[in-house]
Amino acid sequence: MAKTGSQILVDFLVNKGVEYVFGIPGGAVLPLFDALYDSPIKFILNRHEQGAGHAADGYSRATGKVGVCLVTSGPGATNLTTAVATAFMDSVPLVAITGQVKRPLIGNDAFQEADVMGITRSITKHSYLVKDLKDLPRVLNEAFYIASTGRCGPVVIDLPVDVTMECCDGLLPEEINLPGYKPCYQGNPRQIKLAAEAIDKAQRPVVYAGGGIILSGCHRELLEFAEKARLPVTTTLMGLGGFPETHELSLGMLGMHGTPYANYAVTESDLLIAIGARFDDRVTGKLEEFAPHAKIIHIDIDPTSISKNIQVDIPVVGDARSILQELIPQVHYVERKEWFEKILEWKRKYPLSYDNSGEAPKPQYIVEQICEATRGEAIITTEVGQNQMWAAQFYTYTKPRTFISSGGLGTMGYGFPAALGAQLGCPDKTVIDIAGDGSFQMNIQELATAVHYKLPVKVAILNNGYLGMVRQWQELFYKKRYSQTKLDDNPDFVKVAEAYGARGFLVERKQDVRPTLEKALSIKEPVVIDFRIAGEENVFPMVPAGQAIYKMIGSLA
Amino acid sequence: MKHLISATVENKVGVLARIVGLFSGRGFNIDSLCVGETENPSLSRLTIVVNGDDAILEQVRKQLGKVIDVIKVTDMTGQPYVERDLMLVKINAPPGKRGEILEIVDIFRGKIVDAGLKDVIVELSGTEDKLEAMLKLLQPYGIKEVARTGQIAMLRGTK
Ligand SMILES: Cc1ncc(C[n+]2csc(CCOP(=O)(O)OP(=O)(O)O)c2C)c(N)n1
Ligand SMILES: [Mg+2]
Repeated sequence: MAKTGSQILVDFLVNKGVEYVFGIPGGAVLPLFDALYDSPIKFILNRHEQGAGHAADGYSRATGKVGVCLVTSGPGATNLTTAVATAFMDSVPLVAITGQVKRPLIGNDAFQEADVMGITRSITKHSYLVKDLKDLPRVLNEAFYIASTGRCGPVVIDLPVDVTMECCDGLLPEEINLPGYKPCYQGNPRQIKLAAEAIDKAQRPVVYAGGGIILSGCHRELLEFAEKARLPVTTTLMGLGGFPETHELSLGMLGMHGTPYANYAVTESDLLIAIGARFDDRVTGKLEEFAPHAKIIHIDIDPTSISKNIQVDIPVVGDARSILQELIPQVHYVERKEWFEKILEWKRKYPLSYDNSGEAPKPQYIVEQICEATRGEAIITTEVGQNQMWAAQFYTYTKPRTFISSGGLGTMGYGFPAALGAQLGCPDKTVIDIAGDGSFQMNIQELATAVHYKLPVKVAILNNGYLGMVRQWQELFYKKRYSQTKLDDNPDFVKVAEAYGARGFLVERKQDVRPTLEKALSIKEPVVIDFRIAGEENVFPMVPAGQAIYKMIGSLA
Repeated sequence: MKHLISATVENKVGVLARIVGLFSGRGFNIDSLCVGETENPSLSRLTIVVNGDDAILEQVRKQLGKVIDVIKVTDMTGQPYVERDLMLVKINAPPGKRGEILEIVDIFRGKIVDAGLKDVIVELSGTEDKLEAMLKLLQPYGIKEVARTGQIAMLRGTK
C-alpha cells in the first residue's frame, strides 16, 4: 500500500514505541501534523521550540529513552538549536525532526528557510537532510540508532515538506549498515588487567565518576566496584545520583563548587580512576595541578575524550558498564587505612556548610528542606547559576536519573521544560525544578504547557533578584561592580503562575519553607514557589576559574 | 610536526563540510586538504596535511574517526608512503629567458603546458620538497601565479 512520507514517519515512530513527541507545528510540517492527528502518539504542544527540545531532553534523561521533537522550518528550527546544543554537550539521545522548505526551493532564501544542516553541524552527533523519500526509513532507523548508542547525542533530521507529501510503496526499514560507525562497548582485556593491577597497588586511589555512569546505567556496578576494592568515589555534576551520597565511600561532587574533601582527595591521590567523565575545566581547574601525583585510568566510550585535556596512563575505551563488570572480579579489597583516615578528617574539618541565621530563608536550607520533604526521592531539575550549584550541593542524591541539569552548555531556561519532560516520563515521581529568578523567565511560557497537560511539576525559585552567579563573580573578581546583573523588575511570580492557571506561593520567612513545601507537594497541579532569599548569598566553596582545585575560597573552617 | 592523514569517507553531501567544520571549530590547522573519488564511487578519499604536536594529532585522528561518515583514518607519518602534489606555475618568460627556464623545468621533469607571448605555464608533480625546490629556482624569472592541489598520498605495499 502506498504511503505518504508523513505516514511513513508517524508509523515508524509508533513502531519504535515513541510515546511522546514535543514540538510546535508550522507551514513546513503541516502534512506531518495531519498524519499525527489520528496516531496514538501523544503530542506535547510546548510554547516555544526551545522548551520542546528541553522537554524531550528531560524526558530522555529521566527515562533513558530517546527524546523526540518535531518543529517547523526556519524559526522553528533555529529556536530549537539551543536545546540541541544542550543535549549535545551532555550526550543526551535526542531525535529532532525539523521541517524544511520543499526541495526545489532549498537554497533560494525561500520563506522560512534556514540551512539547518549547516547551523546544527557542530552541535549534533549526526544530521540528515532527506532529499529522497526512499531514504526516509533508513534515515529514521539510523537516526535512532546513532542517537542512542555509543556516546549518545542528538541527531537532526531535516525533512523537506514535499518529501512528506510524496507517496511511496512498500518501504521497509532496512538493516542498519554504517561502516563508519561501530561504537566499541567491550574494553580491551589487557588494558582492564593493567587497570586492575594499578588499583590493587594504589595507596590513595579516588574514583572520579561522570555522567557516563548514568548513561551506561552502571550505578550498581560502580557501587559494587567501589565496595569491593574499597575506593572513595567523587562524582561530577553530571554524575550526581550515579553513586549514593549517603554511602561512607562517597566524597560528593568535585570541582569548582565541589566539596573540599573531594578536591583534596583528588589532589593527593596516587591513582585517579575516571569513569565516564571528560576532565572538563570546571572539574579540573588548573590542569597542571590537577591530581598531580596520580596515575590516571580513564574508562570512556568516546576515544576523543581520552587524553584530550590530560595525559592518561591507562586508557580503557568502551562502555563503562561492561568494563566495570570485567574489572570487578580482578580487583581486591585493600584496607588503605591511612588514606581513609585522612579523608575522614577532611570530611570532619571541612563539611559543606552555611550560615543559617537570619529571618530570610537561606537557599541551602531550602534545598535541604526539599530533600527532606521528598525523602531524597524526587527528580530534581535545575536552571543554571547559583540555584544549580546549591541544588547540587545540598540535596542528597542516591539514585541515577534524579538530578537533571544542563552541565556542559549551562543553559538558563533548561530546568523547567526539562522537568515537564521528566514528569511525563515518570508520572509517579515528584519532579521539582530548582530555579533562579533569571533562568525561570527564559522559558516561563512553559507554564501554559504544564497547566494544559496537568503536569504537577513544582518550581522552587530561589529568588535573589539577581543573575546571581554572574553577580557572585562580579563581587569576587570585579570589585562588586554589578554590571547588568540586578533584576530590578522581576514580575510577581505568584501572579504569573496564577495567570497561567497554576498555583503560586510566596515564602519570605524561614519557618514557612517546610510547611509551604509540604502544601505544594500535596497539590497535584503545577505549583510555583517564590522563595525570597538574600540577594547577595554566595555559593561556596569555590575554586576561582583557572586555579588549582585545592585552592578553594569561602566557608572553609 | 607535519602529519599526513588519509581518510576514507562516504561520498555523501555534507561530509566535507562536516570535516572542514570540525577542523575550524576545534582550532586544528590544516596545511592542505585534498578530496577525490576512489576505486569505489561511493567512497571518497581525503588527504589532509596537518601541523601540530602529538597530542593535537591524536585528537585530529580521533575526532575524524568520530564523524559517522568517516570510515577509516590513517596517519601515514612514519610509514613508507608515496606522496604527490601537483602544481601549475605561470612564469614570466621573455624570449631570451625561455631556454633557461626550460632547462630548469627539465631537471625537475616538469612540463611546459602552455606558452604565451610573455609567459609560460609549467606543470610539475612530485613531493612537496621537489615543488618547492623548482619554485625557488624559478623565482628570479618572476612567478605570476601558482596553483597547487595539495598533497595526496598512499601507503606502499599491501596491508
Ligand atoms: C542562556 C544563558 N544566558 C546567559 C548565561 C550566563 N549566566 C550564567 S548564570 C547566570 C545567572 C542566572 O541567574 P538566575 O537564574 O537568577 O540564577 P542565580 O544564579 O541567581 O541562582 C547567567 C546570566 C547562561 N548560562 N545561559
Ligand atoms: Mg537569581
